[in-house]
Amino acid sequence: MLKSDALETDDRKGIFSWVCSVDHKRIGIMYMLLAVFFLLVGGLEALFIRAQLAVPKNDLVSPQMFNQLFTLHGTTMIFLVGMPVFTGFSNFIVPLMIGAKDVAFPRLNAMSFWMLPFGAALLYFSFFTGSAPDAGWFSYAPLSTKPFSSLPGVDYWIIGLAVMGIGSISGAINIVATVMCCRAPGMSMQRVPLFVWIMFMQAILIVITIPPLNSAISMLLIDRILGAAFFEPARGGSALLWQHFFWMFGHPEVYVFALPAFAIVSEVIPVFSRKPIYGYAFVAGSSTVIVLLSYTVWAHHMFAVGLGMGPNIFFAAATLLIALPTGVKVFNWTATLWGGSIRLTTAMLFAIAFLIQFVIGGLTGIMFAAVPVDWQLTDTYFVVAHFHYVLVGGIVFSLFAATYYWFPKISGKLLSEKLGKLQFWLWVIGFNATFGIQHFLGLMGMPRRVYTYDDNPGWALFNGISSVGAVFMAAGTLVLIWNVIKSLRSGETAGDNPWEAYTLEWATTSPPPVENFESLPEIRSRRPVWDADHPDLADWKKAKTPEDKGHRPSSAKTSAWAFVISEAIFFTLLLVSYVVFNSDENATGPTSETALDVPRTGIFTLVLLSSSLTFWIAERCLKKDNTAGFKRWLGITIFLGCAFIGGQVWEYTGLISNGITVDRNLFASTFFTVTGFHGLHVTGGIIALGILLVMAQRGYLNKKRAKVFAAVGVYWHFVDVVWIAVFSIIYLDVFK
Amino acid sequence: MVKLRVSIFPLLQPASPEAQAIFDLFMMIVLISLGIFLVVTGLIAIALWRGRSKKETPDQEFGSHKSEIYWMTGPVLILIWIFVITGKLVLTMNAVPKIQPTDAVPEVELTVIGHQWWWEVKYGDSSIIGANEIHLPRGKKIRVRIESADVIHSFWVPRLARKMDAIPGNTNYIWLEASEEGVYEGRCAEYCGTQHTWMKFKVFVKSPEEYVKWRTETEAHSKQIAEQAKASAAGEPVDTNGSPEAFAAGRSIFESQGCINCHTLEGYSTPSIGPDLTQLSTRAILGAGVLNNSRENLAAWLKDPQKYKPGCKMPDFNLTDEQVDQLVTFLWSR
Repeated sequence: MLKSDALETDDRKGIFSWVCSVDHKRIGIMYMLLAVFFLLVGGLEALFIRAQLAVPKNDLVSPQMFNQLFTLHGTTMIFLVGMPVFTGFSNFIVPLMIGAKDVAFPRLNAMSFWMLPFGAALLYFSFFTGSAPDAGWFSYAPLSTKPFSSLPGVDYWIIGLAVMGIGSISGAINIVATVMCCRAPGMSMQRVPLFVWIMFMQAILIVITIPPLNSAISMLLIDRILGAAFFEPARGGSALLWQHFFWMFGHPEVYVFALPAFAIVSEVIPVFSRKPIYGYAFVAGSSTVIVLLSYTVWAHHMFAVGLGMGPNIFFAAATLLIALPTGVKVFNWTATLWGGSIRLTTAMLFAIAFLIQFVIGGLTGIMFAAVPVDWQLTDTYFVVAHFHYVLVGGIVFSLFAATYYWFPKISGKLLSEKLGKLQFWLWVIGFNATFGIQHFLGLMGMPRRVYTYDDNPGWALFNGISSVGAVFMAAGTLVLIWNVIKSLRSGETAGDNPWEAYTLEWATTSPPPVENFESLPEIRSRRPVWDADHPDLADWKKAKTPEDKGHRPSSAKTSAWAFVISEAIFFTLLLVSYVVFNSDENATGPTSETALDVPRTGIFTLVLLSSSLTFWIAERCLKKDNTAGFKRWLGITIFLGCAFIGGQVWEYTGLISNGITVDRNLFASTFFTVTGFHGLHVTGGIIALGILLVMAQRGYLNKKRAKVFAAVGVYWHFVDVVWIAVFSIIYLDVFK
Repeated sequence: MVKLRVSIFPLLQPASPEAQAIFDLFMMIVLISLGIFLVVTGLIAIALWRGRSKKETPDQEFGSHKSEIYWMTGPVLILIWIFVITGKLVLTMNAVPKIQPTDAVPEVELTVIGHQWWWEVKYGDSSIIGANEIHLPRGKKIRVRIESADVIHSFWVPRLARKMDAIPGNTNYIWLEASEEGVYEGRCAEYCGTQHTWMKFKVFVKSPEEYVKWRTETEAHSKQIAEQAKASAAGEPVDTNGSPEAFAAGRSIFESQGCINCHTLEGYSTPSIGPDLTQLSTRAILGAGVLNNSRENLAAWLKDPQKYKPGCKMPDFNLTDEQVDQLVTFLWSR
């Protein structure tokens, strides 16, 4: 491949060039740096936890401090390490792998990133209010409600998570649109590298899995600040609804982390075995199956709450079933190693350790699918060991593999293999000492989340070993940081493709120029760089893949649809909570029958629905280049939207003057929550339409930009569809 | 029926038919897992060993759908097998025994209520109210009603039964049955706030005869204490475990310093925010496990509860040594 001298290199310098950057590579690096910073913070919290537990009846930290530490450790590692680091890799690598110049929406990408430090600041600001959140990372209600957590820590936790959630969803929508709309010519969907395919699946999973969390935390915040009682059993709420909503987010979230790990090793293992991945279709397909199944297993976190026979057996079956697509991958990775010529680089070592440790975490996972075994082992150190084998032994190890594999591409310098191997062994020993022994602590009956323990025989020794292991991991991390610093200062130059790898990111310079590629090699298979390097053994001669038909959907519409799907799940769960809380015949206080004026709201419903029609007419005018008609119908649409909001204000004023406020009873809480969030969405839509009207006035919006208008249309029609559901369920009581 | 005699692992030492059944299932899955683990790591090790010094470009193999499907039959069969043995056990263990069986002993139906951070124990229609300890007859299948007074807790005696969450607003049931006499450790297993750590309890399993004896004596004791309290309040002399003056002073501290606002005691009716103190002198532990019970430890606890159980609901009343002594005399007489 020829490279011209005119290739634009990235010579922007100074902090502002980073803060203002919309380049996917720089944003990717910022995501990674943020993750590394919080890895150190969360790691330090973990070290304090292990130091406190190193000896029995220790009083290094107070119980309150200990509870804050494990709450922040979990929250930090999940939301401020796991989420950003994978989004960072996805951001950096995915556009390169598909031969794109950047992500679909570079500015949205910058916004998604900057939400994170903002959310993190809110979360950690809680320290200065005198109390960090201490209800555990899953904040079980009613412990997290006002009567039992009166300090503002939980509020900061909620708001921090909401802000980070917005960033995660918009970042994921961007990846979805990038993969669907920005692939280079020749890169058909069946030819994208497995990393791209699996990160695409992960992005879809983020889009559908954050909304349940948002529903749950909005309701908890309404409980805590406005005095509702969704999660306060003493006032009629439900302690278990929180768990259902939370784990509907929480379990798919595990796969939000596991999928990128699968994506990484699916690149690393083939490259260092000098073979293509064995069974591409099965690895890709099983990832899709995981996305679908991950939504059906949430209640396996709740076997001990007394769900009853039916749910127990259903969720046991679903949990065992999801082991299968994961097992498929282990088989394919092993088959890829089989017969390969193995190069045991640091990246490969981490990938192999991932494989073995992840298998251990998977097998103990199967134990928890056996319901009675879960009844014994859940909430003990056995479960702590299990999920750390998945999250650390699996996922963190895969991240180290990714670091050693892609660092040369990102920085242009090689990391030292010698230091890399030192780090590897420190981590293998430290990790297995810390968490391997915790299986046995679980069998000794040690529960998780205790700040100290009696000096029972064996407990001090096993906990001591566990704590010493943590020191090894900390030392290993310092070695990595030293390795990175050393490499940046005096590392060996990497060259374009130091690993003789296969995918497009290796077909450009290290680091890549601003717009990524000067020219692309021909894409006729899944390994274009291999094909270019080995013309005789080119993949397209041996294994045919579907040709690229060249179709790319509109990125504006794709992202609007992704957003709408996410919002639909959010509203579905709010409506579920309405149905759950309004099914009690003996409830006292106002109900939908006594409090609501159905005919009046019916009229406003027609007003809102007709705005969909006027929108459609406006869109047709735009396509016909009839600007005057377009502006008129757009204006009418905005007017109808405002009329609907006016009707809602009228209704609210009436209810409030009759003493029906959000804290009155569960009907009022659910009513105001559902209709209030809908009203907010209508308002957001009106603002978007207003912006479009201004654009039209100034002549920016014409036939060519009709796709942008159509994207807003997807949202506007969606808001109307949601209202049909709200009106049927709340006003017409179809579920009663 | 395997039994491991490793005394430091209570989960591997089941002492009831239910715990034994769970243990058997666990061991079965552990063995299957061990087999899978050895096969997978074995294959990886062989592949690495054979490919470690290979220099030539290996055969570019893309895999075959057939081999994937052949391979999958093994894991599918294993998963179905695990599902079958799991399902069978879930069904036989009768996850929610809402209906009392005819062979159960109705008077020993237990109610256990989780509080931040202690356990309240009620014995059927008996007047006995226990705290942080449960007395059971050996070999009887007893239904336990599990409730919560505040947040979610989880009732767990590893050697005897499954975990079951205590959920405010819901009532859960489990069976408790012990095949051997002895003392069993139990505790709260669901994080429930600051002092989740010290929310332990003990289960004392006795022979059926001893159990009946314990019950009769305890009930009689309660009655006697109620009378004693009445007599003492009326200024009549009472049989105390120390000087009568100290006893009376202790009683007045109990009533005036706020103890009475949280603790029930036979003869007083108060809300049960803290444990019932009627049988205090007979209990094995204080502060739900943070101290062993003795006169000295009780005095130390009363002097400064926050020192032993920081964050617990019992404040430091700043009692003088003399007041502590009087209060102990009063409480220990019962």
